Amino acid sequence: MTAAKKRRPRFPGLRLLEALATPHGIDRYLELVHPMLTIRGVRGEVTRVHRTTADTVTLTIRPTRRWAGFTAGQYVRVSVDIDGVRRTRCYSPATSQHTRGRFELTIKAHEQGLVSRWLHRNAKPGLILHLSQAEGEFTLPERRPEKVLLISGGSGITPVLSMLRTLADEGHTGEVVFLHYAYTEADVPCRADLLELTGKHPNLRLLLAYTDADDGDLSGFFDHTHLRKAAPWHAEAHTYLCGPPGLMAGVREVFADLGLLDRLHTEDFAPAPITVDAADATGDVTFVRAGRAAPNSGQTLLEQAEAAGLTPDNGCRMGVCFTCTTVKTAGCTRDVRNGELSTDPDVEIQLCVSVPVGDVAIDL
Amino acid sequence: MSRTTPTLTPEQYEELGRDLDALRQRVLDDLGEADRKYIYDIVKVQRALEVAGRGLLFAGFFPPAWIAGVTALSLSKILDNMEIGHNVMHGQYDWMRDPAMNSKMFEWDNVAPAENWKHSHNYIHHTYTNIVGKDRDIGYGVLRMDEGQKWRPYYLGNPAYAFALMLFFEWGVMLHDMEVDRLMSGEKKWSETAGVRRRIWHKSVKQVIKDYVLFPALTGPQFVSTLVGNAAANLIRNVWAFNIIFCGHFPNGVETFTEEETKNETRGQWYYRQMLGSANISGSPLFHIMSGNLSHQIEHHLFPDIPARRYPEIAPEVRAICAKYGLPYNTGGLTKQLRSVAKKIFKLALPDNLRGKPAQPPAGTVGNGRALRAA
Ligand SMILES: Cc1cc2nc3c(=O)[nH]c(=O)nc-3n(C[C@H](O)[C@H](O)[C@H](O)COP(=O)(O)OP(=O)(O)OC[C@H]3O[C@@H](n4cnc5c(N)ncnc54)[C@H](O)[C@@H]3O)c2cc1C
Repeated sequence: MTAAKKRRPRFPGLRLLEALATPHGIDRYLELVHPMLTIRGVRGEVTRVHRTTADTVTLTIRPTRRWAGFTAGQYVRVSVDIDGVRRTRCYSPATSQHTRGRFELTIKAHEQGLVSRWLHRNAKPGLILHLSQAEGEFTLPERRPEKVLLISGGSGITPVLSMLRTLADEGHTGEVVFLHYAYTEADVPCRADLLELTGKHPNLRLLLAYTDADDGDLSGFFDHTHLRKAAPWHAEAHTYLCGPPGLMAGVREVFADLGLLDRLHTEDFAPAPITVDAADATGDVTFVRAGRAAPNSGQTLLEQAEAAGLTPDNGCRMGVCFTCTTVKTAGCTRDVRNGELSTDPDVEIQLCVSVPVGDVAIDL
Repeated sequence: MSRTTPTLTPEQYEELGRDLDALRQRVLDDLGEADRKYIYDIVKVQRALEVAGRGLLFAGFFPPAWIAGVTALSLSKILDNMEIGHNVMHGQYDWMRDPAMNSKMFEWDNVAPAENWKHSHNYIHHTYTNIVGKDRDIGYGVLRMDEGQKWRPYYLGNPAYAFALMLFFEWGVMLHDMEVDRLMSGEKKWSETAGVRRRIWHKSVKQVIKDYVLFPALTGPQFVSTLVGNAAANLIRNVWAFNIIFCGHFPNGVETFTEEETKNETRGQWYYRQMLGSANISGSPLFHIMSGNLSHQIEHHLFPDIPARRYPEIAPEVRAICAKYGLPYNTGGLTKQLRSVAKKIFKLALPDNLRGKPAQPPAGTVGNGRALRAA
């Protein structure tokens, strides 16, 4: 089974300590001594920071003892406090799943991106990150396929790089092709590592495709020709794909043409674009736990939930008492009091003063 | 009946609402790392005091250590309940998106379960502040704190009940959520309290075991001295919290309202009621922290979800806004406000006719005729 399923034995005397620390929990005391001293929470300390391209940063992370490891292709939710607010984003470890005690994240600084730019600029050894356990289904099957094609573009390299490194660690003997798209050679993260790794293992082949330069193994965008050149055996292989929306669409189209979509496994990094025309009542409101959905009526989410037959806890209905606070799992909402938009997924909102902007999913 | 506090025109209420909304927005826009650091610094001090207090009680056979231990533990409990717990549970730090400081998840070092308390406090009290018959914090269902509450012989015991409530305040707060008076009058059924009772049971058992079994037992031969020390710390916190809280709404001059006049309130009118229904206590910065900034009850009631450390900062502006509309801003030193509250507790123990009818409408009570409805 995956490493995430293993459970560490519990700390002896934990119950007594918890009874003494009630109601706050032991971690709330330990973290004041040192942020890495936690019993229940998962944290990671950045131990090394290096940059292999101008707009990415690679962090080596030493997780706390509760970290249960990951499976190549999975991601971890990383939280940092930026200007007092905890921000959470997903990042896929790029190292082999068999490396113990540390893993690496490679983060691309998006021009407008809050967390990625912050990490790019501020990550230093000693920085403590809040981590979730690894999650995600974008993984190789337990029985490794004979032939594997890994396609990535830009920062989407991370999960498939982890797969490549994992297969190499396992002494995998089947053919593996690593096809990566970048603007130019200078934009390929961890290029030196990739060359070294594929140099050592004759069954691993690296193909770098540049969209803005001619000195790569391939040039231009993905198409039938690229696929045939990279992996003539693609019909018998399993293909793993992660990259920017353009590349993802291009690959999907070719695989659809070939009737091979069932052999294509994908991971999306970019969130679905959010419409911020705050005035329109468009989209649907989904109440995740109730398994209900209704077209957005433009009313507050509390009213819409009630109209859908739900009875969420609520009190003042004016944003004062915080009784109706609920997690918005996806979508954008507007605070009716000041027009402020909430665009992040998995944040708490007050239902009574929030109206949906487009599709919204609520954990009700 | 007429009263001294001016009522405003509909336009003025509108403008008052806009002024205060603008002030609120300015503070919200400015929230950031400094606020996060502040609350974590307070938490650090509280946890350090707690650890020190618990530790010192191991040497409880040595009287100075016992006294220092009880002092540290009392201060820890006061900070935990007031500047941290009360404020975090108001959602003041929810914007940080930090589970440890989130109103939905925080529990305080107090027998009253957070969830019950949030209902009676954040919702009932903060929404219906000082509306007689709706705000259950007027007298807590036990005391007579307003003339709008009809006198009964039971209220002859007003001072005694208040004294008992002070000593056992955390238990009082815990039982408050049961709404015993409404159970007795049959307004509420026993079965409706199942959730509240279950939470009370779970929370209070843990608190009692921690303070009165585990920590005393850990100190071995000091069992009794630790137990007494822990009880003393809880008592000191009770007395302090009771006194601060009673100065928030009960000093002379604080207005109460009727259900009728607050029907269909606008946002401006809601702000108006919050301002007139609260009173501040003046004091040093340390005093404000130890009171959880409830010494800025007026600012707190206007903006219950703004981090409390911001109240002293915006107080001059709130005061200026009051002045602009000719509204009173009720503030005074702790002794003055306490004396005023104590007087009220004694005075209202007696039937109104025994005290003689005041020439003026009774201070602190709004007559029925005043028409917020006109707005
Ligand atoms: C499962 C998963 C795994 C991921 N793994 C990695 C990884 O290993 N390395 C990595 O660098 N990133 C990874 N991401 C993307 C990462 O989670 C963030 O979305 C990204 O770092 C941008 O965050 P931000 O706070 O900087 O940008 P935000 O402030 O959230 O967004 C700013 C703007 O950038 C746009 N934007 C956000 N993310 C992307 C994106 N990925 N592509 C294009 N535009 C975007 C937004 O729409 C917005 O307009 C992964 C995402 C997912 C869902």
